[in-house]
Amino acid sequence: MAEKLLDVKNLRTEFKRDKSWVTAVNDVSFHINKGEILGLVGESGCGKSVTSLSVMRLLPIGTSRVSEGEVFFNGEDILKVDKKKMRKIRGHKISMIFQEPMSSLNPCMRISKQITEAILLHNDLSKDEAYKRAFNVLKSVGIPDPDMTLNSYPHQLSGGMCQRVMIAMAMSCEPDLLIADEPTTALDVTIQAQILALMEKIKEERNTGILLITHDLGVVAEMCSRVIVMYAGRIVEEAPVRELFEAPMHPYTQGLIESVPKLGSDMTSLPSIPGSVPDLSVMPKGCKFAPRCKYAMDICREKEPELVAVPGQEHRCSRCVLHKLEEKEVSKL
Amino acid sequence: MSTPIVSVKNVTKTFDAGKGMFAKKTKVHAVNDISFNIMPGETFSLVGESGCGKSTTGRLIDHLLIPDTGEIWFDGKKISKLSQNEMRPLRSDVQMIFQDPYGSLNPRIKVQDLIGEPLLIHTNLSAGERLKKVYELLEVVGLSAAHGERYPHEFSGGQRQRIGIARALTVHPKLIIADEPVSALDVSIQAQVLNLLQQLQKDFNLTYLFISHDLSVVEMISDKIAVMYLGTIVETAPKKDLYAHPMHPYTRSLLSAVPIPDPAKKKERTLLKGDLPSTTNLPAGCLFHTRCPYCQEKCIKERPETQEIGEGHFVKCHYPICNEEGKNV
Repeated sequence: MAEKLLDVKNLRTEFKRDKSWVTAVNDVSFHINKGEILGLVGESGCGKSVTSLSVMRLLPIGTSRVSEGEVFFNGEDILKVDKKKMRKIRGHKISMIFQEPMSSLNPCMRISKQITEAILLHNDLSKDEAYKRAFNVLKSVGIPDPDMTLNSYPHQLSGGMCQRVMIAMAMSCEPDLLIADEPTTALDVTIQAQILALMEKIKEERNTGILLITHDLGVVAEMCSRVIVMYAGRIVEEAPVRELFEAPMHPYTQGLIESVPKLGSDMTSLPSIPGSVPDLSVMPKGCKFAPRCKYAMDICREKEPELVAVPGQEHRCSRCVLHKLEEKEVSKL
Repeated sequence: MSTPIVSVKNVTKTFDAGKGMFAKKTKVHAVNDISFNIMPGETFSLVGESGCGKSTTGRLIDHLLIPDTGEIWFDGKKISKLSQNEMRPLRSDVQMIFQDPYGSLNPRIKVQDLIGEPLLIHTNLSAGERLKKVYELLEVVGLSAAHGERYPHEFSGGQRQRIGIARALTVHPKLIIADEPVSALDVSIQAQVLNLLQQLQKDFNLTYLFISHDLSVVEMISDKIAVMYLGTIVETAPKKDLYAHPMHPYTRSLLSAVPIPDPAKKKERTLLKGDLPSTTNLPAGCLFHTRCPYCQEKCIKERPETQEIGEGHFVKCHYPICNEEGKNV
């Protein structure tokens, strides 16, 4: 059994909206092992990024709160440690790559300063040593001329280069866990392919655990070993990547996979999911997907189904009444 | 059938860069010598990465930009040299759908007025007639008449894109230029909008110029595809041909870079080296030679001409890939 690096249990995150608290993420549990890439997929607004920011404790205090749950990192609940200690973990043990490489870098600082800042903060090194280390990480992420890049400002670099710098920055302290929030969404496909290959290499070489947040099922299929699908702030399905694509169990996952245009298929029209994602403050009662689900029954609209393990299959869960029914038989309805 | 609705001949467009009194005057070569024809009723797609000149081409055809050299013909008329006034009666024939459904609708105008505006400009209908037409169109794109009273912020991304489509349809255009119409949408919504676009094409007999960076979307919707790189079209072919036998090395690497949502299919990726060269300082010879895995001496020195290989399949390469083994010199 592989070692659990990150273990999130029953996470619930809420945001303040007009003096009341709205739940953005509810009852989210998952774990990441060392040297594993876990995919987190879902459409915009489903709580993917909020989940990762909750883990990093980067959400604004006052307007948001983690009201329930535990996040174990290397066996320690990081939701409970004090700020000072959290600061030591953040950027050192857990690093993050953000979606927009251009706007995540400080435009007024040279790349060298931005990378060495993190290195100096977490390690007892001199400036020269830190520079050398920055040079080496840049080289390892495939930047051809690290000296020149270190001396430039972000606007002088292309999107792909900026993303490499971001990855280099995240890797500079050799973290155990890397959270990549839509790392390639802003990039072109050819550059995306380069960045994905790089992330795979990092995983292989350093045994880093990676949480890959994306909306692109193609990226998931190529990169991840296990996948979590989120909808409206909940995990609706968890499965190893092959099983997920071969036999998606939750109707939402089925719809999502069907609605992606596939290269090399002779399709002229796409199956689509009718309707759109519900608003956070007016969540439907019962199953959150029921209003868009083609299999919805009366029971779906009344009671929210639990996330249940699929019998006989490892690491496989689904949040749908249909699978419970098969188990306990329809007669009980 | 045989006369194209849009014909682009050797069009070049450059922009001035380097502002400021003492800055060196440089030019951005946005579009370099492109030619293609769009037939009535077909969907013609332009694909390529950001900065390859797809949108500039769309804007040139819509007469929002004037080409430096070359000609653009629309429906038998040469429009590249028309003035804004002369162009105006033709505007109703070419409509655009924009990428950003949030930025392309005026937030202070009701949806019914947004959709009705082209009617106000191009027709002599009364207010009542206009409104009736707007309600009809709202139904056509899958919204209801009641939505007309609302403002854009009350709609989701997918619904806004539907409003944009309804607005483009009001004046019965012959050509619709759709500039990345689905790239800002989630997959489940993207599928809805793509299906709608295809349905409308059948119902209203539309011609689309579809601009996208997403090769899988393009494959689904297009009849003919042109692949752009650094402002030139490197390959043009009917859909089937392009995906089955990509001949230009760039098309090939572009196709191989697309992640496939099927973990059972692990495929060979040809990773391109490096980044796009700058458009202010184009490489000599073949524009792709700096990143081409098959680059040879001739490619560095000479710029290739477009040649026809197979029916309707045009390639701009000295050594197009003709068989599976690799280069066929």
